[in-house]
Amino acid sequence: METTTLAPEQMKEADPFIAAFERFDQERNEPAWLTGLRKRGMERFAEIGFPTIRDEDWRFTNVAPIAKLPFQPVTEPGAVTVPLKQFNFMQLECTRLVFIDGHYAPKLSTILPQPKGVRISNLAAVLAEDAPLVQKHLGQHARVDQNTFVALNTAYFTDGAFVHVPAGQIVEKPVHLLFLSTSQERGSASHPRTLVIAERGSRLTLIESHVSAVQGEYFTNAVTEFVIGEHAVVEHCKLQDESPQAYHIATQQMDLGKACNFISHSFATGAKLSRNNIYTHLGGEHIECVLNGLYLTKDDQLADHYMIVEHASPHCNSHEYFNGILDDRSKGVFHGRILVRQIAQKTDAKQTNKNLLLSDNATADTKPQLEIYADDVKCTHGATIGQLNKDSIFYLRARGIGLETARQMLIHSFAGEIIDRIRCEPVREELDQVIWDRLEENPHVGGSAGV
Amino acid sequence: MLEIRNLHAGVEGRDILKGVDLTINAGEVHAVMGPNGSGKSTLAAILAGREGYDVRQGEVLYNGVDLLEMDPEERAREGVFLAFQYPVEIPGVNSTYFLKAALNEIRKHKGLPELDAMEFLSLVKEKMKILELREDFLKRPVNAGFSGGEKKRNEIFQMAVLEPKLAILDETDSGLDIDALKTVAEGVNRLKKPDNAQLIITHYQRLLNYIVPDVVHVLFDGRIVRSGTRELALELEEKGYDWIVKHEAVPA
Repeated sequence: METTTLAPEQMKEADPFIAAFERFDQERNEPAWLTGLRKRGMERFAEIGFPTIRDEDWRFTNVAPIAKLPFQPVTEPGAVTVPLKQFNFMQLECTRLVFIDGHYAPKLSTILPQPKGVRISNLAAVLAEDAPLVQKHLGQHARVDQNTFVALNTAYFTDGAFVHVPAGQIVEKPVHLLFLSTSQERGSASHPRTLVIAERGSRLTLIESHVSAVQGEYFTNAVTEFVIGEHAVVEHCKLQDESPQAYHIATQQMDLGKACNFISHSFATGAKLSRNNIYTHLGGEHIECVLNGLYLTKDDQLADHYMIVEHASPHCNSHEYFNGILDDRSKGVFHGRILVRQIAQKTDAKQTNKNLLLSDNATADTKPQLEIYADDVKCTHGATIGQLNKDSIFYLRARGIGLETARQMLIHSFAGEIIDRIRCEPVREELDQVIWDRLEENPHVGGSAGV
Repeated sequence: MLEIRNLHAGVEGRDILKGVDLTINAGEVHAVMGPNGSGKSTLAAILAGREGYDVRQGEVLYNGVDLLEMDPEERAREGVFLAFQYPVEIPGVNSTYFLKAALNEIRKHKGLPELDAMEFLSLVKEKMKILELREDFLKRPVNAGFSGGEKKRNEIFQMAVLEPKLAILDETDSGLDIDALKTVAEGVNRLKKPDNAQLIITHYQRLLNYIVPDVVHVLFDGRIVRSGTRELALELEEKGYDWIVKHEAVPA
């Protein structure tokens, strides 16, 4: 639980954010509802500040380094000094919105022709219009009291994506959101905010990648809200490949409607510290929801996945699969809470978290949590932390496959279990290649250490 | 082909094999029978090179070379094959990918060119028929979600593809129903050639109704206490291992 009384040092750290807010807000000249929303965000942030490891939800992830960063909102996009095509998914034929340091770059973006009523745009452009749909949804799903970083994002976001797929419409090609950081300045922060509305019976594949053109100690604080209608089929794939010095906090709030099919993938390979908060609310019957993720960490990286899967309706299935491959002194954190409301009978909820340690100094903290108020449900969870399975290695060697190759095959397969769940084929192939390349780069994958 | 001489071995300080002698020539099928805890699986594991066993005395020569000095993958490349009692499930490793990698390692070792995807596929399709395996089998991850019978058939299928010189079948019959047992046994029989050999490790006689051994050995308390023809297996079946226990003092 988050505390409501701020310790003095928390107060001090939150101060610059609070002090700068009034001016930020005044300069923006926005409609009253949005100003009100931002103010509520700032008030909430001022009230709770940054979490500490005394907060149960942040026990394994210390965000003090973020709190100690100088306050540096990026007011305009930096220069892009590297070719964009070096980044993942840039060869993919798709609609693409590019954001540089949180600011929309229309010249670098491509919006393919879309079926009637489909709107894919940057959020700021939609906010500049009369936007009742945005007003109705923005901040209503990822609410400011969800966590402190949502509050901060709500106060300070400047742009992000807006995707609206009306009922029955199909967005054929994936939509790719590229968030590129270019700032080397310590503490420079961007707060991208994205709203995705996929109405009844619509189809959408959304890719979100967070990358960096520089080595920088910057801070990304992203929030994405999904409103998924009845029978909609939505696939979301997030790649967090930030600079190795960067801090990345992201929150995805999914409000899922009756009989929709929603799958979300989270791949974390970058950042010094990353935390992905995933909140799913299953608010209709017969929902199929899969949360799937892979984290690869090395050096002193920390990758944290925190999720709450809330079954608030009967007859829904949810499954979380998260695998971590941890090297050097790095750390993986998994916190998965399945909450089954009393009304949610016939829930089938499963959760697995598997961690592969490639070094003796790597650590994994895993915290599965079941909170069940209904009596006719199937809920399971399992977590493993360990090294490569010796029996598997022997089996492969006993067929003539050498030790190093056997190890590589098993590590790849550990990642492959997760990658294979990506339904969009070009995305799956590309991520397969990304993960393969990252593993090949790792001397401990090919070497003989660890077994 | 295989000469085991006075093999003493154990695990974690416990003696399991207490002086095993066994010679297998090319073209022969040998069966090693014994009750639980007699050391059957330890013998199979040591021959295949599983870690964790201490060999305290004796030697194992494979075509005149010290087998125990070789890594498991070297043994496999030299033609030693273990059909596992408990085949390992490896989710995420595709069966085709796995078997092609294994076959090509062995071919490379023999100085043969590696097979490409098409050549490999036509080879395995032919071998799959022997074991009556379904077409989708190759697309699945290695043993993942397979039934007990499928796993055992998969072992013999791999044996058919890799064409070992010395195949060790560790309790391949356990957990098989009679139809699966026949299929597996027929597969094994079809793979028998004058230049290869098979070592069948089993608790029960029933597999030997279908795979007829040239020699039957009884392993008891870490030693081969009797060797004989197929009739020995039948006698064991009839009289039970107690019969051997009572006569254990009589040297084989």
